[in-house]
Amino acid sequence: MSEGSGTMLLRCTVNGRPVEMEIAPETLLVDFLRETLALTGTHVGCDTSQCGACVVHLDGLSVKSCTMLALSCEGRAVTTIEGLATGPGVDGLHPMQRAFHLNHGLQCGFCTPGMVMSAVDFARRQADPTEADVRHWLEGNLCRCTGYQNIVASVLAGAAAMRAEAGGEA
Amino acid sequence: MSNPTGIGARILRKEDLRFLTGRGSYVADAKRPGMAYGVFLRSPHAHAALRGIDASAALALPGVLAVLTGAELGADKVGGIPCGWGITDRHGAPMKEPAHPALAQGKVRHVGDPVAFVVAETLEMARQAAELVLVEYETLAAVVGLLEAIRPGAPLLFDEVPGNLCADWALGDAAAVEAAFAGAAHVARLSLVNNRLVGNPMEPRAAIAEYEPATDRTTLWSTSQFPHVVRLLLGQFVLGIPQHKLRVVAPDVGGGFGVKQFHYAEEAVVTWAARRLRRPVKWVCERSEGFVSDAHGRDHVTEAALALDEQGHFLALRVSTLANMGGYLSTFGPNIPTNLYGPLLAGVYRTPAIFCEVKCIFTNTVPVDAYRGAGRPEATFVLERLVDVAAAEMGIDRVTIRRRNMIPKEAYPYQTPVMMEYDSGDPAGCLDRALALADWDGFAARRAEAAKRGAWRGIGLATYVEACGLAPSRIAGRLGARGGLYESATVRVHPTGDVTVLIGTHNHGQGHETTFAQIVSDKLGIPAERIEIVFGDTDRVQFGMGTYGSRSLAVGGAALSKATDKVILKGRKIAAHLLEAADTDVVFEGGRFSVAGTDRSKSFEEICGAAYVPHDYPLEILEPGLEEQAFYDPVNFTFPGGAHIAEVEVDGATGAVRLLNYVAVDDIGTVINPMIVSGQLHGGIAQGAGQALCETALYDEASGQLLSGSFMDYAMPRADMLPNITVETHSTRCTHNDLGVKGCGEVGTIGSPATVTNAIVDALSPLGVTHVDMPATPNRLWRLIANAQLPVAAE
Repeated sequence: MSEGSGTMLLRCTVNGRPVEMEIAPETLLVDFLRETLALTGTHVGCDTSQCGACVVHLDGLSVKSCTMLALSCEGRAVTTIEGLATGPGVDGLHPMQRAFHLNHGLQCGFCTPGMVMSAVDFARRQADPTEADVRHWLEGNLCRCTGYQNIVASVLAGAAAMRAEAGGEA
Repeated sequence: MSNPTGIGARILRKEDLRFLTGRGSYVADAKRPGMAYGVFLRSPHAHAALRGIDASAALALPGVLAVLTGAELGADKVGGIPCGWGITDRHGAPMKEPAHPALAQGKVRHVGDPVAFVVAETLEMARQAAELVLVEYETLAAVVGLLEAIRPGAPLLFDEVPGNLCADWALGDAAAVEAAFAGAAHVARLSLVNNRLVGNPMEPRAAIAEYEPATDRTTLWSTSQFPHVVRLLLGQFVLGIPQHKLRVVAPDVGGGFGVKQFHYAEEAVVTWAARRLRRPVKWVCERSEGFVSDAHGRDHVTEAALALDEQGHFLALRVSTLANMGGYLSTFGPNIPTNLYGPLLAGVYRTPAIFCEVKCIFTNTVPVDAYRGAGRPEATFVLERLVDVAAAEMGIDRVTIRRRNMIPKEAYPYQTPVMMEYDSGDPAGCLDRALALADWDGFAARRAEAAKRGAWRGIGLATYVEACGLAPSRIAGRLGARGGLYESATVRVHPTGDVTVLIGTHNHGQGHETTFAQIVSDKLGIPAERIEIVFGDTDRVQFGMGTYGSRSLAVGGAALSKATDKVILKGRKIAAHLLEAADTDVVFEGGRFSVAGTDRSKSFEEICGAAYVPHDYPLEILEPGLEEQAFYDPVNFTFPGGAHIAEVEVDGATGAVRLLNYVAVDDIGTVINPMIVSGQLHGGIAQGAGQALCETALYDEASGQLLSGSFMDYAMPRADMLPNITVETHSTRCTHNDLGVKGCGEVGTIGSPATVTNAIVDALSPLGVTHVDMPATPNRLWRLIANAQLPVAAE
């Protein structure tokens, strides 16, 4: 594949910043983010697209960045966990991040970026979810530490906070 | 409680922010200047002789730096991977301990056994080169099952280990047990399998090593639960690097569960390669590679029998277990199914005579070692399943038979017939509360309602006791530990009164940065925000044994408490001088040093300032500065315990199980942070439920291939298979550490496999089902139901 050593131009935005770069066409999005842009918050927890540690947003929708070519992002907007908070410290966290903090929705932190990115997309799609909705949505994200209980509580609380914020803006 | 960040406070975690914003610092995230990348070439065969390795084509590829094999390992006189625990068999002979080369020499002994390490300028180049390494294997007959491995004529893994028998270990009074069985009114028997598991922390293992010629220092960054032990084993026994020239760093680690508490061959090979090549070398394990190289857990085959009198009093317990060691001995491998299993078979009961024999067996599988719970879930499963079998056979209620045999609260400290002296506990108190929370008495109505829907509903109960806080070095040494099991902590007080703690345990999700800060906050009266917890770097922390065996709080926390007391003691002496009083008259309360019975006092900050700006300071009796270290070696294990209850429904048509309700009431001693404790319980119970319901590492008997070798095949618990778990603590204080703590990291995993399985067996008991092996997959249950030839639930 890479023997041709040909590269292709990728133009997109990552966390709001324009990126224009020659890359090997076979580069996976997750490797582009981690290795090229040093955005190491997006993690790799498996090699079969099961674990969801690599979830990022593409034009606002969650995708598993381990199963996408970086070139598929041409002209599109990528958001990673590093791009979610709006300011420093706990006060600057996105409501979903804050909900994970307040509800002890993380332990080792490895699955957390994928969980949070997945949860934000979910809450945008489904503003007032039930616990069963959350558990069903999270089947693409594995966590080995929490037994999911506090993650589910976090997502419910985060969705409520996002709902309240949206209501406040309206 | 006056201190809002002290012991018992539900404060939010200090470590959360970096993880929530993607700023965690895991090994795989790091890069070093000039770094090369390595991949392991692993055996595709379960058992084969290595006839030759031809790396010429691989080495000819541009960018390839080295292809290292067992031959180079031998030429460089790299030592084997040591086992940290040498057990003694029932006749007093040492266990068989064959060599464990870091790269295969002569033979491969399991699928995934590393054969070569290929290093190149980029990861892609290394992967391509690895595909060009030609290895000539002469395949040999393999054996993966325990019963098959001990048969006469079975393939032998090691010429020097007849019968594949590593050790034939025993504990207890066999004669007393036989006598009790001879006089018993009833004997309940059970044959069971404790299924093999893969720990699967979400972060795969990884290592980066770097050698600095100018200082002759080597640094290894590794996903380890115990960096100091890795430094000792790697430096002293494998590579011959002096301890002061070797630094091991375990930064943020994404979960461990035991999988990362061993010294792995990969750590040694990556470090050796970096020193040979004079280049930093990085290796990151892929998940499917981890399935065949991370040490596995469990894997027992057991025959057990319980002798009872006419009233259902336990007279004696006899347990005979075959335990899988895999293809080599891992760091703690032989200790897990012996010392962490047999002594737990008393549970919370007054069984007067117990005998346990364990044969540790080599097979052509990945080495088996500790996985969360480590021996204790296996013991609990045997005992609590057997108690249910006995109750059913004798027609005694399951709760009644347990109460009848329980150690009463007043009987503590309690000496069991299998070595342990429990210091404190209240099993009946935990049981009472669990029964109430689970509405045990209302279950019959729920079962009847489910039956109308064609569902088999069951409720199950298990009690447990755990020996943790590993471990009293004196006892561990007698049992074969080749190291001590104390912990160290340093409390470094800065001139401003801010504190840095350096501790030898390792935080990989347990919330130590918060919990340990609360202990210091409680003692010094300063807020937790002013206390930083440092761990995981042998250059910063003087020594430590790491985190496993639910030891961090019970041993590390106790060391920290002791070091903080030393700080206070020195502070009192400084204060005594400044306040012109005898130091015995100075008391420290609420963050102030004061002369008892007077209004003369100094704040903690004033004393810290005086220690570093000693203008008026008792130099004749005290050194300036304020930093104290303590080592703490426990006098006994700690003994958490509890009662768990699960309620399930089995779909009569599909055999699918739904876990509907789970209640855990645990005695874990003093609770430092109830939020963190609940999280530990949730996660532990999910892992135990995973074993009971879906997880299993399945080998093909003929080929020795791991069939469940990826997340596609190995069923990890997911959010939609678990209910919300009800967790409560019902604690008695540990009597031998000053915090009264026992530990909570593993209790969930210890109680839950038996609890969930007992519920499933109860659900299917109307069909005549008396035991279900784990995992209770729909296929397995559907067959049981179909075989019972009862197509619909009886009214």
